[in-house]
Amino acid sequence: MTTPANIHSNIPTTAAAIADGVRSGALKAVDVLEAHLAQIAAREGDIHAFNLVTADEARAAAARVDADVAAGRDPGVLAGVPIALKDNMCTRGIPTTCSSKILEGWRPPYDATVVQRLAAAGAVAIGKTNLDEFAMGSSTENSAFGVTFNPRDTSRVSGGSSGGSAAAVAAGFSPISIGSDTGGSIRQPAALCGVVGVKPTYGTVSRYGLVAYASSLDQMGPFSIDVRDSALVLEAISGHDPMDSTSIPQAPLSLQHVLSQGVEGLRVGRITDMPSGADPDVTARLEAAFDALKAAGAKIVDVEMPSMKYALTAYYLIAPAEASSNLARYDGVRYGLRVNTTDTNAMYSATRTAGFGEEVKRRIMLGTYALSAGYYDAYYGKALKVRRLISDDFARAYTKADVLLTPTSPIVAFPVGEKSDDPLAMYLCDIYTIPTNLAGHPAMSVPFGTGAHGLPVGVQILAPTLGEQVMFKVAASLERSMIAAGGAK
Amino acid sequence: MVKVSRLARLDVTPDEVQRITKQMAGMLEHFADIDALDLSDIEPMTQPYPLSNVFREDVVVTGLDREEVLANAPAAEDGRFRVPPIVGLDG
Repeated sequence: MTTPANIHSNIPTTAAAIADGVRSGALKAVDVLEAHLAQIAAREGDIHAFNLVTADEARAAAARVDADVAAGRDPGVLAGVPIALKDNMCTRGIPTTCSSKILEGWRPPYDATVVQRLAAAGAVAIGKTNLDEFAMGSSTENSAFGVTFNPRDTSRVSGGSSGGSAAAVAAGFSPISIGSDTGGSIRQPAALCGVVGVKPTYGTVSRYGLVAYASSLDQMGPFSIDVRDSALVLEAISGHDPMDSTSIPQAPLSLQHVLSQGVEGLRVGRITDMPSGADPDVTARLEAAFDALKAAGAKIVDVEMPSMKYALTAYYLIAPAEASSNLARYDGVRYGLRVNTTDTNAMYSATRTAGFGEEVKRRIMLGTYALSAGYYDAYYGKALKVRRLISDDFARAYTKADVLLTPTSPIVAFPVGEKSDDPLAMYLCDIYTIPTNLAGHPAMSVPFGTGAHGLPVGVQILAPTLGEQVMFKVAASLERSMIAAGGAK
Repeated sequence: MVKVSRLARLDVTPDEVQRITKQMAGMLEHFADIDALDLSDIEPMTQPYPLSNVFREDVVVTGLDREEVLANAPAAEDGRFRVPPIVGLDG
């Protein structure tokens, strides 16, 4: 792991170290914040990770944390940790755009549960990060407010859709950011920017206040510089929320204590019939990861996933279908943009036509088609059955293996503009990440060295429902092997 | 495509119809890979973690602040959202 450069020299880079320092009184939250704001001032012009930096609100929040410490009150487990939020999470009174013109200027009347829990834990929200409009994309090029560039090479994309959140952590703007992952939107940009990214089990982190894209697939999770920080944040944001009817009724995840446990005897699955298409530099890093886990005492086993190759089709029918329904609410009546016309029907169409970008329109049209009378059974109905097949494949695989290992992305970060005119080529970026969302399982991307052009490569660890502990054990083991091999942390 | 765009409440130009039709045809061609599967005995999967009858206690709780919500509306009047005529010229 590469440490983001240029951070103020006496401020630690990880959330765990910052929180320890602030809680003990050795560090001031306001100083931590100013160091990160300075880093934003220095590099944001080249990166464009943010739609909005909320410096004033952040300064007030940091001062409150310092006041808590001074008064002997518990400031929370994330005391003083600067956090960047993807701009599809509701923040009360602070603009939330989903990088769409249709929501420009909207100020939500409530906070997302995740935003509330982070604030309660003492985290300091520093801004709203850029994304592909309504989280639809794999490059953060489909934003109404411009492209987010990759901090490792600013001629290349940051991945997507949570590209701004990934770039914010990679550029040292904040040690933690939060993203959302519907088909890989946390893991793929994490891989492309060289940071850790986690999509937890569906239902583990409340979706209340996350602007919906595809409700049966969406899940929020953290980006971080190292594995421990993601564990720390997940412990703070997971757990049942009565405001989300798909929230699993259970206690928050407990993860940090497993990180040192090692992988001795764990069965790590290699998918023998995985769809091909990953570049050789990426598969070389995957092989190195298998070797590292074997050296650490894990057993490598072969598993088959014969339905995995159909995941792309199932996903690109189900997600647009759900999106076409979810995005019907943007009609110019209650919030956001309105194009005034003579009657409401014309207003709906005029508003939506002016407010949505091309990729969003494409997916709404695709989803509307897949759900329309006469085509429902042939497309949407069939896709739901394929979803079951994929889920059953995973269930069989997890009788033989504790976790599975795949590349996160088939390729390293690609040049800006390379795939913008070919939607299908862009969709293929998600080939290894979307099966997880269909099944609802947890998965995470861990940086594991570099590939072509010296760009970061991520390895993806997949685990069964609520298998976060075993997933984090494997992630920590891979991270240790990278550090032992000389990779800077 | 024209019918679909009307269902989706989107106005598309003839140029866009042509481009989107072409892109969609490419996607649907790729999506035909599942046509060969025998899915007759497979139960559709709609939710990854099935929970049913999720209720809350039947108690009054404070909702969103009306003024704050209406402040976001493109047009409001008398505590309500204001819209153009519902029965319009081409309605």
